[in-house]
Amino acid sequence: MSQETEFIPYIVEPREDTGLYNAKLGIWLFLASEVMLFGSLFSAYILLRVGSFTWPVQSEIQNVPIGAINSIVLLSSSIFFIRAWVALKADDVAKYKRFMYLVILFAFIFLILKGVEYYQHFSHGEFPKTSVFLAIYFLMTGLHALHIIGGILVNSYYAGPGMYLRAQNKQWFINRVEVAGLYWHFVDLVWIFLFSTLYLL
Amino acid sequence: MSSAHPAAHHDPSHHESAHHESFVRKYIFSTDHKIIGIQYLFMSLFFLFFGFCLMLLMRWQIAYPGHPLPIIGKLFGADSMPGGVMLPQFYNQLGAMHGTIMVFLGVVPLGFAVFGNYLIPLQIGAKDMAFPRLNMFSYWSFFAGGLLMLSSFFLPGGPASNGWTSYSPLSDIAHDGQTIWLFSMAIIIISSLLSSLNFITTIFNLRAPGMTFERLPFFIWAQLITAFLLLLAFPPLEGAAFLQLCDRLLGTSFFLPSGLFVNGQVYNVSGGGNALLWQHLFWFLGHPEVYVIILPALGIVTEIIACNTRKNISGYGLMRWSIIFLGFLSFVVWSHHTYLTGMGTNITAFFQTTTMIISIPSVIIVSALFITLWGGSIRFNVPMLFALAFLPMFGFGGLTGLPLGLAATDIPLHDTYYVIGHFHYVVAPGVVLGLFAGIYYWFPKATGRKMNDVLGHLHFWPTLITMNLVFFPMLIQGLMGLNRRMYDGGATYTFAHDILYWNVFISWAAGVMAIAQLPFIFNFFYSMFNGEKVNSDNPWQSATLEWATPTPPGHGNFTKPIIVYREPYSYSLPGAPKDYSPQDQKDI
Repeated sequence: MSQETEFIPYIVEPREDTGLYNAKLGIWLFLASEVMLFGSLFSAYILLRVGSFTWPVQSEIQNVPIGAINSIVLLSSSIFFIRAWVALKADDVAKYKRFMYLVILFAFIFLILKGVEYYQHFSHGEFPKTSVFLAIYFLMTGLHALHIIGGILVNSYYAGPGMYLRAQNKQWFINRVEVAGLYWHFVDLVWIFLFSTLYLL
Repeated sequence: MSSAHPAAHHDPSHHESAHHESFVRKYIFSTDHKIIGIQYLFMSLFFLFFGFCLMLLMRWQIAYPGHPLPIIGKLFGADSMPGGVMLPQFYNQLGAMHGTIMVFLGVVPLGFAVFGNYLIPLQIGAKDMAFPRLNMFSYWSFFAGGLLMLSSFFLPGGPASNGWTSYSPLSDIAHDGQTIWLFSMAIIIISSLLSSLNFITTIFNLRAPGMTFERLPFFIWAQLITAFLLLLAFPPLEGAAFLQLCDRLLGTSFFLPSGLFVNGQVYNVSGGGNALLWQHLFWFLGHPEVYVIILPALGIVTEIIACNTRKNISGYGLMRWSIIFLGFLSFVVWSHHTYLTGMGTNITAFFQTTTMIISIPSVIIVSALFITLWGGSIRFNVPMLFALAFLPMFGFGGLTGLPLGLAATDIPLHDTYYVIGHFHYVVAPGVVLGLFAGIYYWFPKATGRKMNDVLGHLHFWPTLITMNLVFFPMLIQGLMGLNRRMYDGGATYTFAHDILYWNVFISWAAGVMAIAQLPFIFNFFYSMFNGEKVNSDNPWQSATLEWATPTPPGHGNFTKPIIVYREPYSYSLPGAPKDYSPQDQKDI
């Protein structure tokens, strides 16, 4: 445990009056700012669509089946994450690792399917500069994909090299994984909104 | 090993080990909130000075358009000031960078990051921030963003030149300086985002036992609301920056309407975008940003006034609710910056109503501070002078804003020098005086030495007078209709010829104001090493917790466990032996 975190309280146990440990409060605040970031892009989408003379029928130029499969993929990975966290709380490290690997695997499946979609768009001559719809589609899904990549990095760390942290303090490690999980569920949730807005509406 | 109440069983000797750190760990890549605060201080004071110098160059051009700038003008290259005469493009760049640097790299970091970092853990009785390493990261990303912004001066085309608001579509088609501006802003936004979530977590979770929300000093409340504003208002600008970057780098048309003509030719993009989208995303940040600038200064001034009147703040509870209300409301006033974009009367009516309502909490806070003065035994020391000057100056800045908040009066006044006069009254004689007050007030805590009083007076009086001489004539010019973006100061317009002499007047007043800062700069560095030593940890005899630390506070801040027993401004309590009763002292 490093020197600087040595005398900071409520890293492990929650504070009584707020009911939260520091990192959990921190991640909720971070997610609040993420809501505003994606919220600004969703607002931009609405304003651009309402102010536009022409707008494509989205479900026609989008690959809705892949998008739907991707939604299931991400939702499943969220469920796996919860199961991993439960296993970790029950001290079952082997099960925790198994589920974390599944989380990461499904995240990669999501990215690969997203890549297939991008490839299909590009091969049809559809680029960000082609139309405003494609521009906001590529920007929002691209930003979301960056979040997925960030999540993969964090999850891989806690499933692999970061495991040494558990040896130092079990509860603290559970907290770290929980915080990573909150982020992961958020990224999942954003996709649900993206899918319904950019594919179905 | 952390525990739920480490404050209760950590002996000070244990922290001695923390002092044996290498120089780099202790002073450069430090995780100590006080060192980070001081790093921010030097950085933001540098940027304030730098932004001020940009403005002085502009003022020369406005006062004497087409005249070569003596001596200094020769130092600039042929692509900015050939023969010492400023090019219009360079004037625009100076304007954009003055605004950007002053707001995002000067005043906001000084009010929020410097005072917040240094004082939040001290005033709530914590040993450090909740996330010290994140804190270090946000300082260094701020540093990188600031450096990137400065580096754009060395680009072939110069830095961004579209004002601090970077309106599209002009910014979409501008030269490369704008790209650097966007990247730099994105980094600065990430920095302030991480700072703000760190501050909020610290205030919520790291309060000392007994430090309830009612017992938090107003400064902490101000920082808390500021942090929420930064946390929630900055991401939309980050989103907008991504959109504009796509427009510039990927050829998209988020902000480019169809059939846009550039240099007499249809601009070759798909079109279908909306230039107003940028304005709304920008001002959704831009208006809360105004309160991000103001609130820390209000907090600082409240601390100083309570301490130097030796009495409780009148209506302190009301002030808390006002600042919360103000924080909420600041998210629904942004479109009073875009009245002239043809929004329609219904939307305009909504935003001018919220704008009028938001003046109420501001007035409550300032009135409470004025009423606090009544019946106090006021000590007129240098920080108190700055704090006292803050009140009427900030009030005047707010009052001049009312005509701009109403759509009917905004139509003739918009984009004139009146707007410049108004917001500079809020920011310069208002907020900057408050921030100076904070520097004078907490200097003894950070260094163990007081700043010199005579030099302080030499700084205060000329600064106060020249600030008014600079900004008041701008209101006059603005009411006469002088446009704010004139490269020649309006000389080409016959209607403006009667008021051009004010341009010269303002410029010379600004020059005197620059000279008036020299006593401060000298005082700041001289007093750091040679100032009069304070003979107590609490030289102002203040009741708040930051003075319960050793001077200067070491790593870990407090030498004894802190328990809070009373309200922050416990001055002149009946029956108390002294006229102040520290928050951590059990008996009055």
